[in-house]
Parts: sequence; C-alpha cells; structure tokens
Amino acid sequence: MADFFANTYLGMALVIIGQVFLIVLPLLVALAFLMYADRKVWAAVQLRRGPNVVGVFGLLQSFADFLKYIVKEVVFPAGADRVVFLLAPMISLVMALIAWAVIPFNDGWVLSDINVAILYVFAVSSLEVYGVIMGGWASNSKYPFLGSLRSAAQMISYEVSIGLIIIGVIISTGSMNFGDIVRAQDGSYGLFSWYWVPHFPMLFLFFISALAETNRPPFDLPEAESELVAGYQVEYSSTPFLLFMIGELVAVVLMCALTTLLFFGGWLSPIPGLPDGILWMIGKMLFVFFIFAMVKAITPRYRYDQLMRIGWKVFLPMSLVWVVIVAFLAKFEAFGGAYARWAIGG
Amino acid sequence: MTIAALAFYLFAICAIIGGLFTVISRNPVHSVLWLILAFLSSAGLFVLLGAEFVAMLLVIVYVGAVMVLFLFVVMMLDVDFAELKAEMAKYMPLALLIGVVILMQLGMAYGAWETSATAEAARTAVTPEGVENTVALGVLLYDKYFLLFQLAGLILLVAMIGAILLTLRHRKDIKRQDVLAQMYRDPAKAMELKDVKPGQGL
Repeated sequence: MADFFANTYLGMALVIIGQVFLIVLPLLVALAFLMYADRKVWAAVQLRRGPNVVGVFGLLQSFADFLKYIVKEVVFPAGADRVVFLLAPMISLVMALIAWAVIPFNDGWVLSDINVAILYVFAVSSLEVYGVIMGGWASNSKYPFLGSLRSAAQMISYEVSIGLIIIGVIISTGSMNFGDIVRAQDGSYGLFSWYWVPHFPMLFLFFISALAETNRPPFDLPEAESELVAGYQVEYSSTPFLLFMIGELVAVVLMCALTTLLFFGGWLSPIPGLPDGILWMIGKMLFVFFIFAMVKAITPRYRYDQLMRIGWKVFLPMSLVWVVIVAFLAKFEAFGGAYARWAIGG
Repeated sequence: MTIAALAFYLFAICAIIGGLFTVISRNPVHSVLWLILAFLSSAGLFVLLGAEFVAMLLVIVYVGAVMVLFLFVVMMLDVDFAELKAEMAKYMPLALLIGVVILMQLGMAYGAWETSATAEAARTAVTPEGVENTVALGVLLYDKYFLLFQLAGLILLVAMIGAILLTLRHRKDIKRQDVLAQMYRDPAKAMELKDVKPGQGL
C-alpha cells in the first residue's frame, strides 16, 4: 500500500489530490465563518447586532447566503462577451486558491515545498487582477469598466511596494522558502525574535499595501458603492458573483497568512518553552483578520488620487530606502545579526 | 511517457495555440488574453527545465505587470476592425514575402545545426549540483558580470527618463491641486459647527 502511494503515478496523484482537499475544504468552511466574523465585528463597531437569524447567533448566515446565490439565475448583460464574462470570476477564485499550495501551516506541513515559494505567491497574487479587469471589460457597461480600470492601476501600484518589503525579509533570511523564513525567526526571545521587531516600520506598510492589494476598505475604490455602484461586480449575479466574493475573501485570508509567516513567526510559539504548532499559526491569522475587519469598520474611504499618491510617492520610496538599509545592516551583521539570520544560524 | 514529458507537451501545445490565436483573433482584448496564456505556458516550460526563478520572474514581470498595462491600453482603444482588415489585405503580399524569407533563413540555420556532445547534459542541469538557481543567477549578475548588469540598468534608466522627457509638458493654464496645502488646511477655518436646538432650526 505504501509502495502504491509512493511509486505509482496513480498513487502519487491520489496523495496530491487528497492533500489539496485537506487544504481547500477546511479553508472554504473556515471562510464561511470568517465572513460571519467580519460582519459581526463590523456590526459591533456600529452598535448593530449583525446577522443573528439563521442558526444559533446567526452562525449559519454564510451558508444561507451561499444557497441563495447558487439557486439564482445567471444574468448576462446585453452585448457582454460571454466567455470572458464567465472566465473572470473563475480566474479570480482559482488564482486566490492555488497560492495556498506553498503556504506552510506547521513545520513541513506544506503541499509544495518549493525554493521560490514567496515569488510564487507574489506571481499568483499579481494574476488575480485579471479576474477584475476581465470582469469589468466583459460586462460591456460603464461602471464595471471604470471599476476595473481603477483596480488595475491600484493593484499594480501596491504590488510594487509589497514586492520591495518582501525583498527586505528575503535579505534577512537568505532564502525564499517560507519554511526557512519562519525557522529564521526562531530565537531565544520568543515573540521578540520575530521579524516584526527588526522590520517594524515595514509591518505597517505591508499591512496597508495588503489592504489596497485585496481591495479592502479604506481602499475599496474598484467597488466603491457611492460612486461606482459596485464597480466590476455590478453586472454579476448568482454563482459568478459568489465566486468573485469568495475569491476576494480567500485573497484576504492569504494576506493574513503572509503577514503571519513574514512578520509574526508562522507556527512558532510567542513564549519560549511552549510547543510550536498549527494552533499558533491559526491564532495569529485570526488576529490579523480581526485587524482587517476592524480597519473596514472604522476607516472612511480614501480618495482615488490620494490612494495613488500614497502608493507611488510615500510607500515606494520608503520601502526602497528600507531595502538599502536592510542590505547594509545585514552585510555588517548589525545588532547581533538581527538582520542577517543566515549568518548567525537562525 | 513520463509526467514531465506529458507536462511538456501540454505546455508546449498551449503556448503554440496561445501564440496562434494572439495573431488570428479578431478582438484585440482576446489577443492579449491569448498572449497571457502563451506567457504562462512558457513559464511552465521554464519550470520543467528547472529554472523556476526565471519562470516566476516571467509571470511577475510580463504577465503581472506588462500585460496588465497592455490590456489597460487595448481595452480603451476604439478600433474599427473592418477598416484594419481592409488595410491588412493591401500589405499581405509584402508580409508573405518577408515570412517566406524568414522561414528559409531559419531552415538554413537549423539545417546546418550541430549539437555538441555535452549539450544534452548542460540542458538537463541548469545550475551546478546543490546550488539553487536563484543563488546561481545572483552570483552571475551581481558578482561575475556586475559592471555589465549595472550598465544595462543604466541604459534602461536613460530610456525611461528620455520617454518621460519627451512626453512631459507643463501646462500653465490648468488648475492643479497642491497636496501639502490640502493637508495643512485648518479645519476650523474650513467649516463652522453650529449647535442646532430641536424644533428651532438655525
């Protein structure tokens, strides 16, 4: 039996498919409750009750929404490019899901342990913008088109600063593998060994860029309801709309996982002595997601020109200067090698 | 047939189909989308060769940034395709002639092609044993050919500055926003808060 799974093509394919389901199914179930948590946090900040009808405390609200979406009719706008119109939400969801192939949840718990993992995530998340652009164009309608143009410019602008911030972390680690990045943060000071201390200013820049990259408030201009109705999603209904929504939320959770891995030490325990494990990883991701939800609840929407200005004129120079500073600090192993984990061995 | 061979044929066929439809599709947006497929397939081919760093760069730079800008421009164009097609028929003989010449040149080049005995080994191992190809490329670019790399960067920078200089015109007759003035504006001077009593109004 072990021979069948290790040496035959069919066996290996079955193992990989099993691993894929092991990642995707819990992720999608968790997503339903994360959506609920997002709405509850939002409601609590605004002194509302939030979803509280379906199930105990409204816990099943997301599943009711899911059912409602899939039984509705798919409406094609007149003059829409049907193939691209349907392809767009699929790309949006698939691109958000395949990035999880390289995310480790515990030491060695990763579907594909590749050397360029961080570049892979970056490449896949840069493809997500196609779902938005194609959806906006194929709808053959003005609001979606404007929304998709905004989104294209916004996502490209903030990818630049995210890339530069990631380069700082790569310089400190000397590897692009997530496992190596987390192991490099393992130190004798518990949570103060993690990268959020040496790379402190970049934590904020990364978080804000992640908000812009995933079109979350206060940067949700591609779908700003007060100006563009719902941006690129205006003409979508039923399951295609559901795919867009799930894809967007999966991208948000992916950004939570990335923040956790890059700055908060992944599965490492914050207190020296306590065992490391997947529970720490999940706990940290939930914490970052809570911050995402809070930001959505308490910040007003940015103006579009301000968004572009802060991306190109503030974040880009700051992260570029930071890369140079980190390179120097790593080269000369300053602060006891805090910036050169490859030199001091973890 | 091994999995690698199967994947190679899949990616190769996808790349060729993508390239073909880039040329023959009627809608320029569809052309760009097919071109993206061609790029992604060639990234897959790079992965099969063991050059995963180059593959990821191809996806990030070309698919993630360059093609988005392409799509951006093409979506906003309002092109009359019937007119374009009529124009194309006029240049068809010349295009065919150039195509035939290039095909003959390629045929002559590949006809006289001889592979060295070590070529096969060099192709299967892109980097030396035990060296990641990210590290191998880094050593080549930043240690061995540092000066050439910097010069290439400098040329690109000059080209970029030149393009900006050629297109930048400062117009004096339009209103501009002064971001600093906006940010340092005093809220107390910009608006007035009034306490409205119920039932009285202002």
